[in-house]
Amino acid sequence: MKKLVYGLLILLAVLHQDYWWWNSIEPLVFGFIPIGLAYHIGVSIAAGILWALAVHYCWPRDVDVSEQAGGQGRTV
Amino acid sequence: MVALIALGLLSQLVLRLTVADYFVASRGLGSVMLLMSLIGTTMTAFALIGSSGESWESGIVTYGKMASWSGIIHAAMYFLIGMKLWAFGKKYGYVTQIQFFRDRFESDKLGLLLFPILVALLIPYILLGIITSGEAIQSMTGGAFPQLFESTKGAVPYWLGGLTTCVVVLYYISAGGVRGTAWVNALQTVIFLVLGVAACYTISEKLGGAVNATKMVMEYNPTRLKRDVTEADRKLYDEKLAAYQADPKKAIIKPREPHAASKVEFATYLFIPLSVAMFPHLFQYWLTARSARKFRLSIIGQPLLIMVIWAPCVMIGIWATSAIYNGQAVIPPDWSKANTVLPMIVKKLASPALGAFLAAGIFAAVMSSMDAQFLALGSMFTNDFVAHYSRKDRFTEKQLVFIGRLFIVAVVGVSYLLALALRDSRVFNLGVWCFSGFASLFPILFAAIYWRRVTKAGVYASIIAAAGVWVYLFREAQFGQVRAEPLHYGLTPVTFIFVAAVIALVLVSLMTRPPSSATIGKFFAPLDSGVGKWERGGGG
Repeated sequence: MKKLVYGLLILLAVLHQDYWWWNSIEPLVFGFIPIGLAYHIGVSIAAGILWALAVHYCWPRDVDVSEQAGGQGRTV
Repeated sequence: MVALIALGLLSQLVLRLTVADYFVASRGLGSVMLLMSLIGTTMTAFALIGSSGESWESGIVTYGKMASWSGIIHAAMYFLIGMKLWAFGKKYGYVTQIQFFRDRFESDKLGLLLFPILVALLIPYILLGIITSGEAIQSMTGGAFPQLFESTKGAVPYWLGGLTTCVVVLYYISAGGVRGTAWVNALQTVIFLVLGVAACYTISEKLGGAVNATKMVMEYNPTRLKRDVTEADRKLYDEKLAAYQADPKKAIIKPREPHAASKVEFATYLFIPLSVAMFPHLFQYWLTARSARKFRLSIIGQPLLIMVIWAPCVMIGIWATSAIYNGQAVIPPDWSKANTVLPMIVKKLASPALGAFLAAGIFAAVMSSMDAQFLALGSMFTNDFVAHYSRKDRFTEKQLVFIGRLFIVAVVGVSYLLALALRDSRVFNLGVWCFSGFASLFPILFAAIYWRRVTKAGVYASIIAAAGVWVYLFREAQFGQVRAEPLHYGLTPVTFIFVAAVIALVLVSLMTRPPSSATIGKFFAPLDSGVGKWERGGGG
């Protein structure tokens, strides 16, 4: 699952280059958002979903440092 | 404004006056506060004014270049870099980036090289905030105080707007440190999250609905709704322009010249948001998290909140190209100040209440970034110089906080004077150059966390190579006076600077002696194993 999520994130970065919509205005999503812009709003939403999957399936365990670790900064 | 000052006071009451509380809120921020603070810090006034102005100039490409790339990359930076740095900071007690780099690369002098570079890159960013707020306040308050400000036709003058911003920011960061700014940033983020959506809705209603507003753009400036320009588009532009020149009153809208977006440039914009990983002020916010798990909401929320802020502003900018209200063009035909498009359209089409709300939103966006930048500078000065180069018992916690505050006051003063002197300079261009500089330092940060073989010499070489190429290209771009457009092969300047930094880092690291096994053990052993011990001076 971890590899799949990372793979999907890389795929999203590749799909960000939507050269196929470069010269398209229509269809207008909701009648007023040009397709090129709507697509990139979709990219933002997809990024939110994929990062949610990453947080769930790819969480690096070693960052969960104990609450007591270290100090509250320098003691001088 | 009153709420901001009240929050500053409140945070002062709970401030414990330790370096850790003042600069990293005792590492105690929860998920929502962390998300709001990070959004407030990374989204400057550019997200409101710049996004609408840039889309008025360039069309929908603005969103793909800036917002959707940022959504993907910012979250990646929090996930891959931010959490790791938080864990190192928690384990070894770091308060600044330089403490981490000194330790990781076994080099005390690295701090002396990095400090001036980081400060120099932050200054244009701070100036951007002061200049934007001064200009926006003057633009939004036109005619409001005719008795007080005759020379500016009743508008709050630029110098006073900028000064007010500086004084308010100075007040609440002096009072509350990073905890105070976190609270204020949360309030500011809510303001400008709501603002874009409210402005978009109100403006579209005045233009006969969103569908009608887009129809007007399709008629007069269709190339703003896509990224390519065809022969048919040029022909249409010529026809519309001829019609306007023949009878401006009948044609109403003077079409804007079409510009095709470069596909290569579009791709290389991915380098720009890498800069967030190296922002000293963002590093400081990362350290404020109560635990690594508090990053979760920020990682998921970042792309979504960027979308909520940017999409309405981009639509407003596009509509502004062709907006007609009461038979007249909303934006005058030969208008060239892109950054005033949003204030102007709001002033003409929205209620005075929304206008005041916009002023508050711009103010909020500016201050939520500036406060963190000032604090980061104070933190670096206090921790990386004063405490680092002084005897262990030379200063008390209170004295260190006081020194930090004094340095911040000095930086605010210098920045304000620079903003007065450089009011007419192309600060937005300088902003892009400063992001390019931060992005070019990203390879050393990434290598510090993920590459055991990276060496001190490699890092020095990388910084010098990046600085050399940056200066060369900056000079070629007439020191920011020409737009930060692709200079060679259609690529953005940051591409060359970044590649030079990576090549120097890898080659020199491979040619020089690897770091000690103690350092490797310290930074590559599982972070949850044992409790690190912070030693004075950043040495481990």
